[in-house]
Amino acid sequence: MSSKVIQAMYNDDDVLMDAVKEVRAANHHIEEVYTPFPVHGLDKAMGLKGTRIAITAFMYGCVGFSFAIWMMNYMMIEQWPQDIGGKPSFSFFLNMPAFVPIMFELSVFFAAHLMVITFYMRSRLWPFKKAENPDPRTTDDMFVMEVLVDGNEASLISFLENTGTVEIKVTEK
Amino acid sequence: MYTFSSKLKTFSFALMIVGLLGVAYGFLSTPNSVEDVKVMLQESHDSHGEVATSHDNVNHGESHETAHSDDTHAEHAFHYLKNKPWSALYVALFFFFMISLATLAFYAIQHASQAGWPVVLFRVMEGITAYLPVGAVLLFVFFVLSSLHMNHLFTWMDADVVAHDELIQNKSGYLNVPFFLLRAAIYIIGWVVYRQYARKLTLAQDKANDNSNYTKLFKSSAAFLVFFLVSESMMSWDWIMSLDPHWFSTLFGWYVFASMIVSAVTTIALISIYLKGKGYLEFVNNSHLHDLAKFMFGFSIFWTYLWFSQFMLIWYANIPEEVTYFASRFSEYKIPFLGMLVLNFAFPLLVLMNSDFKRVNWFIVCTGIIILIGHYVDIFVMIMPATVGDQWFFGISEISSVLLVLGLFIYVVFTALTKAPLLAKGNPFIKESEHFHY
Repeated sequence: MSSKVIQAMYNDDDVLMDAVKEVRAANHHIEEVYTPFPVHGLDKAMGLKGTRIAITAFMYGCVGFSFAIWMMNYMMIEQWPQDIGGKPSFSFFLNMPAFVPIMFELSVFFAAHLMVITFYMRSRLWPFKKAENPDPRTTDDMFVMEVLVDGNEASLISFLENTGTVEIKVTEK
Repeated sequence: MYTFSSKLKTFSFALMIVGLLGVAYGFLSTPNSVEDVKVMLQESHDSHGEVATSHDNVNHGESHETAHSDDTHAEHAFHYLKNKPWSALYVALFFFFMISLATLAFYAIQHASQAGWPVVLFRVMEGITAYLPVGAVLLFVFFVLSSLHMNHLFTWMDADVVAHDELIQNKSGYLNVPFFLLRAAIYIIGWVVYRQYARKLTLAQDKANDNSNYTKLFKSSAAFLVFFLVSESMMSWDWIMSLDPHWFSTLFGWYVFASMIVSAVTTIALISIYLKGKGYLEFVNNSHLHDLAKFMFGFSIFWTYLWFSQFMLIWYANIPEEVTYFASRFSEYKIPFLGMLVLNFAFPLLVLMNSDFKRVNWFIVCTGIIILIGHYVDIFVMIMPATVGDQWFFGISEISSVLLVLGLFIYVVFTALTKAPLLAKGNPFIKESEHFHY
């Protein structure tokens, strides 16, 4: 996989945002943008599709909810009915109010944890993974935009230079 | 500047006239004596008898074994039916009053937190809070009439009842008519004074060259919130919880507040969408509505959380003097009591969960109407079991009381909207609010 990319560096998020819009308006393909912090509106400016993590969160929540219902029914009604506060212990429905906090907590627990795991898997992040960012300064104060070279390299460089970049590097990727 | 369209004005007057006629009918059609009620009950028994199966007849026989229990039953029914039009009016008055009160609280929160986004909606909120003085005076008049024994909603106001009730006697240091009216006056004056002061300051800020008015508004909003959170909680004990003078719940103030704030945010959203549809509020974009819808969603869940917290503790502990509250609601008010959970929780949860749906106006309008109906039912179920007991039904009194107060609400709110430009242009955050996007 060898394609030539130009890495244009910026030291301000507003300048970066304008640059992203200009580059896209000129029909160049932005491979990736590396920023030290989330930049509000950058995803829209880059034309990224909306995240679908909310849908997974809903599904994981439903899984947790169902799991809690099954678990409480198994533990408190079927396997070892317990008399707590004189509540009838042989009916799930009549005991249901006592289980609502557990259903709620497990829905949240499943949604939150599985969502984080999904996010890591989807972003290909795992423990001991080597950082992918092209320049260590993107974790400090530098914003890097990677633009794919698909034609005249020199004209693209001069175009990027006019977008307020502070440094330009051409690399193979 | 907004102009109150003559169509809407006619509509509000029509609501008021129809409502007034219905309320008058409701009052006139109450039974005049216990004898009337006996005849009524007999008639309904007879008509039941004609169509009833033998199973029904057995039930009737059990509940009316002796002539004596028939008499007390008729007497209870008589008092409940006498209370019914008053209670219906009280529910409607309180419902619209709480919308404007919670709008005022929401407005004060935005000022105290120096939020940028809602600045373009401030004039809409001020319009809704214009109903506050009107609604407060009406409620106060209602309480004065109650204390003059025109109705018997508050049983602790009845000296006969108190004389035979040791529990109420112990509470009479707090639950007595002069102190009750004095407290009501203090709450109302506190709220109305802040409302008028805030309105004066924002209007002055539009013309000012510096931010001194804004600073004063910030400080007074913070002070108001402190007063509000205490007074709102006490208001809910006084005006609603004392209808069941034996029963108490420690989170009742929060529970009423949750109902108030979700209705208020919904009303702000509905009126904003209406005004936008008429071509006003061009500076309100769908990100503002998205934020309001998020509040509608969040506060609906917050309401459910408090409803359930109150219910579960009482259900679990199962202490007789506490469970009576829920026992009467589960036996006689099952449909409204459990139905409101669908309207106030399941429906907003499922409809407003998707982020994109929160930006679609007709979704907000549909959900908003459902939420408002649901919270009307919530107030209904808070008040009616104590005042009309098993004699409740959703009839002419209830509907026309809502129409009457709704007409008045529309008239007052939209009149207030014409009084000032719809953009609070002097607010220092106005640019941030106009450019707000998500």
